[in-house]
Amino acid sequence: MKKLLPWIPVVVAAAVVVASLVPPKEPGFHTREFGELPVLLNGRIQPLDSVARNALLQLRAKQTAPIKLHFSVFDPSKRGQLMDASTWLLELMAKPEVADTRKVFRVENQELADLLKLPAKDPEQGEDGMHYSYNQLKGQLDEIGRQAQRIDGIEAANRTPFERQVMKLQNALTLYQRLKLTLQPPMGEDLGAAVADFQKAAGPGVAAVQAKEAGQKYDEKAFNQFVEAFSGFNEMARFAYALVVPPAHPEVSRDAWVNVGTNVMATVRGEALSPAVSAYAGMISAYRQDRPEAFNQALHDYRQWLGERFKPELKKGEREAFYNLFQGFYKALVIYVLAFVLACVSWFNGSQLLRRASFHLIVLALVIHTASLIFRMVLEGRPPVTNLYSSAVFIGWAAAILGLVLERLYRDGLGAAMGSLVGFVTLVIAHNLALAGDTMEMLRAVLDTNFWLATHVVTVTLGYSATFVAGVLAIFYIIRGVFTTTLDAATGKSLTRMVYGIVCFATLFSFIGTVLGGIWADQSWGRFWGWDPKENGALLIVLWNAAILHARWGGWIRERGLMNMAIFGNIVTSFSWFGVNMLGVGLHSYGFMDAAFKYLVLFIATQVFLIGLGMLPDRYWKSFASRSPAAPPADPTSDAKAHPAPAGA
Amino acid sequence: MVLDKLISFFTSLKLTVVCLTLAMVLVFIGTIAQVDLGLYRVQHDYFQSFVVMWGPKHADWRIPVFPGGYLIGGLLLINLVAAHYKRFGFSRKKFGIILTHLGLILLLLGQLGTDKLARESSLHLREGETRNYSESDRRTELAVVETTDADSDKVVAIPDSALAAQSVVRSPALPFTIRVKRFLPNSALSSQAETGYEKSPATQGQGAGIWMREKPRVTKMDERDVPSAVLELDSGGQSLGTWLVSEFLNEPQKVTVGKRTFALSMRLRRYYKPFSLQLVEFRHDVYRGTDIPKNFSSLVRLRNPATGEDREVKIYMNNPLRYAGYTFYQASFDPDNKGSVLQVVHNPGWLTPYLACVLVGLGLTIQFLSHLIPFVKRRLAV
Repeated sequence: MKKLLPWIPVVVAAAVVVASLVPPKEPGFHTREFGELPVLLNGRIQPLDSVARNALLQLRAKQTAPIKLHFSVFDPSKRGQLMDASTWLLELMAKPEVADTRKVFRVENQELADLLKLPAKDPEQGEDGMHYSYNQLKGQLDEIGRQAQRIDGIEAANRTPFERQVMKLQNALTLYQRLKLTLQPPMGEDLGAAVADFQKAAGPGVAAVQAKEAGQKYDEKAFNQFVEAFSGFNEMARFAYALVVPPAHPEVSRDAWVNVGTNVMATVRGEALSPAVSAYAGMISAYRQDRPEAFNQALHDYRQWLGERFKPELKKGEREAFYNLFQGFYKALVIYVLAFVLACVSWFNGSQLLRRASFHLIVLALVIHTASLIFRMVLEGRPPVTNLYSSAVFIGWAAAILGLVLERLYRDGLGAAMGSLVGFVTLVIAHNLALAGDTMEMLRAVLDTNFWLATHVVTVTLGYSATFVAGVLAIFYIIRGVFTTTLDAATGKSLTRMVYGIVCFATLFSFIGTVLGGIWADQSWGRFWGWDPKENGALLIVLWNAAILHARWGGWIRERGLMNMAIFGNIVTSFSWFGVNMLGVGLHSYGFMDAAFKYLVLFIATQVFLIGLGMLPDRYWKSFASRSPAAPPADPTSDAKAHPAPAGA
Repeated sequence: MVLDKLISFFTSLKLTVVCLTLAMVLVFIGTIAQVDLGLYRVQHDYFQSFVVMWGPKHADWRIPVFPGGYLIGGLLLINLVAAHYKRFGFSRKKFGIILTHLGLILLLLGQLGTDKLARESSLHLREGETRNYSESDRRTELAVVETTDADSDKVVAIPDSALAAQSVVRSPALPFTIRVKRFLPNSALSSQAETGYEKSPATQGQGAGIWMREKPRVTKMDERDVPSAVLELDSGGQSLGTWLVSEFLNEPQKVTVGKRTFALSMRLRRYYKPFSLQLVEFRHDVYRGTDIPKNFSSLVRLRNPATGEDREVKIYMNNPLRYAGYTFYQASFDPDNKGSVLQVVHNPGWLTPYLACVLVGLGLTIQFLSHLIPFVKRRLAV
């Protein structure tokens, strides 16, 4: 029985994960299948589900829309109720009058809420003082637009929180309108009816327009009807968000997707109305009229039609929608937290049971993490790291693997705690980076090379990961040493060996990664080294890791010095990873983010504080005070002093 | 005694650690300084110098405040070589370290070589246009072109650095000497009197009757100096007048000496090649429905009369053309998408980083594994 105990958490977690792989049946409207339909957005084929999720992330930092806001878990009448992204998008495009009552806009800045006279928190009225519906904002569009126009001239980095929130809200409102216009004519009429009206008006209308232009007598009624019908689709053509109509001639170009407005207007020139437009019109009408069978039938027919002509696109949509639904990184994140807690507890009571349970959980989390990573790579057709988001995911993944290896070698709960902690934190970072929108955006020309993404980017990211791993192990050393009595001589010795070994690993990968980056630069713009900020950032990591190793071989630092230097490595790496992007100079500054700056500063401050702790005299260290004064901290690699070649890891 | 001390100083690991740390600080401040100074200036002042100088913004004095890239890199290089000479014999155990350090030495020397020998220029072509020269990105030259014979032009090019340094320029190909009366490293011209401008002393050509102004030299990456010069031409003791030359004056200025005619102009320095490139087509595609560039590519026709080569080559991102010691990269394009700018690099040391990468990678891997494998075996046996 005792042997089985450590397996219980992992079996439970695995069961929950597996159960989520089988989505529940949809009794009414098949909105999940609707969400799988492929469209073209951001230059790539993606399912409507991704469009909806990424839009909601931008509106309210969640992948779901609220039906009822949440106030209390205990009172069922005050519990929140959510709808999934695909259903929300369908509603927005088919029943905008209902969607306009959903509180999907998040306004966090009190100044802005006051300016727009938005209601304060009031559970009785269903107001949480943060989420508002389009109807609540509708009256203030002019004010928001006026503010935004002024702020637009201010550089993003110099905006106040109020100004940033105004721009965010303005962008959210634009996005919302554009989403609506994807399938919804501007005056709120039924899409199918509007298309029919347009086609009816087109014949006499075009004749009237031509007559008018030629200065002849023309049919004024036909002219006006046509102009009215035209202006609606013209607006859709100009502002619709996703391109939902597949190309009429896929054999010429599979890329030539258009939006509904463009396709309808092209019928004037004699081009055929795409079956996709009729299909969407059928679905929208059925949804408006609450007829699930008709909706499901139209959806089924359209999928069949797509399956015959656009099979790869349809498959891509299905796969990505499944990837979205599975949310593997989120599941891995939760399991990492559990594993971290178990590992930490095992430090104190020395429980092998908890330590093993933690180890198994990390294995499970890593399996999910890896599967999601590979799934993502297949969806994108790219190596694992293509942007900041995926670098965060990858750093965590590599750290978790290193953690498992260390745990397997030392069996002391340190590797497990480190792996799960870094896995957890980096996935949280990734989650926050994903709030900016699509994380699978297309790569601009210079980055469009799988060879260099697979070599330079992967190695340099492994270098980041290893440096963080060493830094986190060092933090464990200091926290356990200063605040607890659990840092005995053996644990200290293990940690020292681990940190030393990982720093060697980090040096190798960061050096190779950095030089490969130089070689890529030589290949793409003829300069091996240009002192660009991102290059410099990578070089800093190499220099620092090399400095640690040489200081160690020279006998300049011992256990604690090594730990403090490794923690400083966290600062160097975070600067290289995020800091340089914030300078806004150089060829690598593709991903500027202003909100992250304060977290970076906060992180650096905590690391400086930890180094400060690390420099406290021995008597303030609980662990050292509890050891016998005759035995100073052991230094397992001090034999290196005699001959400066690197000693064993 | 002193020698021993020197040797132990240059071979010490402490020097290594100090240099690595100084290098970090230099790289860090050099990165931050780019926000204000721009990449080009920082590269020159911080990394390609022996000491970093500092002074208040408008003062004309500056004091050395930090060792520069060449000093730190040089010390590291000496330290590395010296340490190997003194302490490292060739042994199997140290093979990895030796390879690593060898790679580093190669890398540092290679970069020094690149700094000193590499030449970058650019080649701007409109669609259909053919050129057999590239132009410097920021250096200029005074071109004196003999146009006496309508069929062939003889060019004497005088670099701006020569104009700045010399008072008199002579060439056997020219029947006159050029006396540099004034050289303005960066300048502006105006057709009318404005504050800060002085009247051009030119008595001949387009430069007569206009106003000029000396401007501070630029430091930003994407700007450059536009020099002007006031020249007096002298043929056999007889003055041909005072001339103002500047890139701002578009048309070459005509000088006549007896029956020979010459055209004077300041222009970007040209580097002629024994072959020519013609831009056949430039393409700039974006991803559907976005502004994200999908690719930039230039289809060029390469013609080399010496070898009889005549072929089309496609140059695109991450795929440069390497030919006759030059490398051509897709660098930029005209706003109307009908012209392309190729970066032209001549760098004899371009292969050193490739070799260095292999050496260091191999060295570190060997060193790392030779300790890791026995260690893991021991641990697993526990």
